[in-house]
Amino acid sequence: MSARIGVVTFPGSLDDGDAARAVRIAGGEPVRLWHADPDLHGVDAVILPGGFSYGDYLRCGAIARFAPVMESIVDAARGGMPVLGICNGFQILCEAHLLPGALTRNQHLHFRTRDQLLRMEAVNTPFTNNYVAGQEVLIPVKHGEGRYVADQRTLDELEATGRIVARYIGNPNGSMRDIAGVTNEAGNVVGLMPHPEHAVDLLTGPSVDGLGFFTSILKHVAGAPA
Amino acid sequence: MTTHPETAAPGAARSASAAAPAGAGNDRARTATGGGPTVFVDTVERAAATPDEFQPYTELGLRDDEYERIRQILGRRPTQSELAMYSIMWSEHCSYKSSKVHLRQFAEKAPRSDRLLAGIGANAGVVRVSDRLAVTFKVESHNHPSFVEPYQGAATGVGGIVRDILAMGARPVAVMDPLRFGAADHPDTARVLPGVVAGIGGYGNCLGLPNIGGEVVFDPCYQGNPLVNALCVGVLPIDRLQNKAAAGPGNVVVLLGAKTGRDGIGGVSVLASAAFDESSAQHRPSVQVGDPFTEKLLIEACLELYDAGLVVGIQDLGGAGLTCALSETAAAAGTGMRIWLERVPLREPSMEPHEILASESQERMLLIVAPEHLDAVLAVAEKWGVPATAIGEVTPPGPDGQSGRLVITWHGHTVVDVPPGSLADDGPVYARPMREPADRILLQADRAETLPRPSTPEELRETVLRMIASPNLCDKTWVTEQYDRYVLGNTVLAQPEDAGMIRIDEESGLGVAVSVDGNGRYARLDPYQGARLALAEAYRNVAVTGAEPIAVTNCLNFGSPEDPGVMWQFAEAVRGLADGCAELGIPVTGGNVSFYNQTGAVAIHPTPIVGVLGVIDDVRRRIPMGFPAPTHPEGDLIFLLGETRTELSGSEWAWVTHGHLGGEPPRVDLARERALAQVMIAAARDGLVSAAHDLSDGGLAQALVESCLRRNVGARIELPEEFRAESMPFVYLFSESAGRAIAVVPRGREEAFTALCAQHEVPVTWIGVTDGASRALEITSQFTISLDELRAAFTATLPKLFGGVAEAA
Repeated sequence: MSARIGVVTFPGSLDDGDAARAVRIAGGEPVRLWHADPDLHGVDAVILPGGFSYGDYLRCGAIARFAPVMESIVDAARGGMPVLGICNGFQILCEAHLLPGALTRNQHLHFRTRDQLLRMEAVNTPFTNNYVAGQEVLIPVKHGEGRYVADQRTLDELEATGRIVARYIGNPNGSMRDIAGVTNEAGNVVGLMPHPEHAVDLLTGPSVDGLGFFTSILKHVAGAPA
Repeated sequence: MTTHPETAAPGAARSASAAAPAGAGNDRARTATGGGPTVFVDTVERAAATPDEFQPYTELGLRDDEYERIRQILGRRPTQSELAMYSIMWSEHCSYKSSKVHLRQFAEKAPRSDRLLAGIGANAGVVRVSDRLAVTFKVESHNHPSFVEPYQGAATGVGGIVRDILAMGARPVAVMDPLRFGAADHPDTARVLPGVVAGIGGYGNCLGLPNIGGEVVFDPCYQGNPLVNALCVGVLPIDRLQNKAAAGPGNVVVLLGAKTGRDGIGGVSVLASAAFDESSAQHRPSVQVGDPFTEKLLIEACLELYDAGLVVGIQDLGGAGLTCALSETAAAAGTGMRIWLERVPLREPSMEPHEILASESQERMLLIVAPEHLDAVLAVAEKWGVPATAIGEVTPPGPDGQSGRLVITWHGHTVVDVPPGSLADDGPVYARPMREPADRILLQADRAETLPRPSTPEELRETVLRMIASPNLCDKTWVTEQYDRYVLGNTVLAQPEDAGMIRIDEESGLGVAVSVDGNGRYARLDPYQGARLALAEAYRNVAVTGAEPIAVTNCLNFGSPEDPGVMWQFAEAVRGLADGCAELGIPVTGGNVSFYNQTGAVAIHPTPIVGVLGVIDDVRRRIPMGFPAPTHPEGDLIFLLGETRTELSGSEWAWVTHGHLGGEPPRVDLARERALAQVMIAAARDGLVSAAHDLSDGGLAQALVESCLRRNVGARIELPEEFRAESMPFVYLFSESAGRAIAVVPRGREEAFTALCAQHEVPVTWIGVTDGASRALEITSQFTISLDELRAAFTATLPKLFGGVAEAA
């Protein structure tokens, strides 16, 4: 039986269909989760997709964190369930305090879409175990508020404990220490500003380098004790 | 009505006030509105009783004879609300009163197409692309609002066209934006362009629609009047096609979406129907404000309603707001309508009836719903968090085949009682005077072919670098990287490719390609040929990707129709486009006219923007524009399709290097364009071509540079014999002859490819090879420029003009 990966739809989620497609291409079974429904329907892992939940009118992710489904996800994450937040999902995970730091307005103040080179670092998470440390991957970024910021101590600690998941090669937004993604202390919650779901098919993306995030979680679920 | 409107979503409907009806003899009806101050309401009764009351119809843009006609239709003077409604619906923007007599040609000359499911007159044209699926697309202008308030003007332009597409039953799947600005280095362009681009991105990105193409063109003629056109493409199962007719007396009229506020009151009539002057700043409150989040929810709610079969009719609210939606839906069905206006949810409780009717608040749709489905409709709206309110009901047509009446009450007072068709269909129609501009003969005599040309290799090299760095030819990444092109995961081609391409069926790989093009300079020199050139370019751009062109949309941007010279340009452009579509065998499915694009007495260049839609059976066979890494050590073969003539008038070169505009634009041969398209479609199907790029502005030089830089692959080009002497290398590189494209053919397939060209009688010339190692563009015995040097020149211009983008912290 293939792994069941939940993909949450908030009002204003945009890349939910893309994340579900990426799960399917990787060989998993996507399960669509609805923001107002706290039931996680027995999924093995959850993806919070990109978009503009609630229009991002207050602060990115600030309202979505209060959705009924988020209470269940926060509980499950604290219990060890793998959770990947992409772009707006990363913002929501920071707002929900599952990940440290915050994502602020790009330093140049513009929304920017580009095919971005990244260097993978923490490859021991459930979403990155199919990569090798130091591997360079090409994955699109597209955001107006993706500048990762945290206080110096937090940044030092992230580096010291190997919790930086990926760094930009050629910083697109002014993120501190070129951080593109981080993980929590337990390593089961990953936030990533770039969009791996847009790099799973050469027909529609610049590479297939993003597929590893989705095959990693399937491998992780398959290997996890029942 | 059988289901009471108060069953609307909790908190959404304002309770209908039981205001006392206007008593007889009570000549100044008054009512309290939401606890606000008591306001004066001009009722139908009062209008009948006070025939001689002064009405400010001139200020609202109506002529004496138009006002008289309204009085004839109604048999009395209009009420304040009715006057507002007629002034809007009979404005140029809504009634097409100056353009109608010309636009008829699109239908009259249209080639027969069994693909056409909905055409001109619908919110957007719909064409069948498979047994199961149809595609709808349309381009519209939002020029005037975008000059007054660039961000919101451009943002709501996207929102408006998306709702047009949604109203046809389609899911919007992509947007494109053809843009025109004043001189790139003019200080006001630095205000307008960044705002417009951020507005398009801000709205489209938040809506989750990939932006897959468009144009950015600079010319001083657009200084006081930029053009912001917006195109949207949508996809629907054929059986989900919607229409706007308010059929079925007893059906409920539901307003879905945002609350109604004072924004955009008189927007179209005030802004789009009069030229700009110094008072433009005062128009700022007339610009609407966009809320893309609400629009996203509106899209999802509407699609769920369609799929559940809950909607009888639907119309978007755009320019002219409720006035337009109510009158058009009723007129389309021949029915009447009864509206309780106080039930419209308001942002500002003090709004008066004529303001509610004229408001252009965004993100609203009007639904016609069977009474037994009302609860289900409201439940879907609530699921998506979109307010929905029953505001009225459909009433029967009149006796003896007459239409019904549109009756609108406000707290019990009848403020509107009109035949809906008189608003929607029976507006004035003018055959405006036309006269060929007197300066045209002089303009055409002043040919660019006589200008001094570069003739040495060194001069030619410098010209290449100067041209690719010029604002119209340079890299547009500064603009396009502010748009999301990836969302929805079906973007197969996006800018800077010749056409945007979207996969619409993941199983079969079925896809559509769209390109929008226009060249104001060509149209200034000859509007008839200019329109045909725009059509030819968009058609060619679609064809070089391997897609088969099947339908046309257009946005006709012109100066004041009251100027006989402008009217002549308009008539010529429409004639050219209609003739061109007939020759190419593809129908115009819809479009938009934008007049009054001028500052004072000076009109913009006539700018017909043409969009062409193509279909491709399997997007995996699409042809990209960039030279691919060569498959052979000696490089792949580069061919030039079409004929190069000495055609420099109206060219980018004449403009950039001599500031010159004169002569006659390049010749158009649409039979040749059609043959070229046949070659490209067959070549894509048979896998003969690995890259192709259309030649247009900037000629062969521009196409070669773009093709090299796209994937960082060099090329060596050999000039044909007849283009080697004196300034002929220059002509070969910079002439803008139409009907041309370059194609890359892997070795071993060249015989099949040239045979294909011969079969379709398309001239084909081998001009060189791609080069994976040189990292340079070499024109044999002329010059060599490294790709790095080309890239540096090509990419520096816009960041320098509009602000570099900061890198790492």
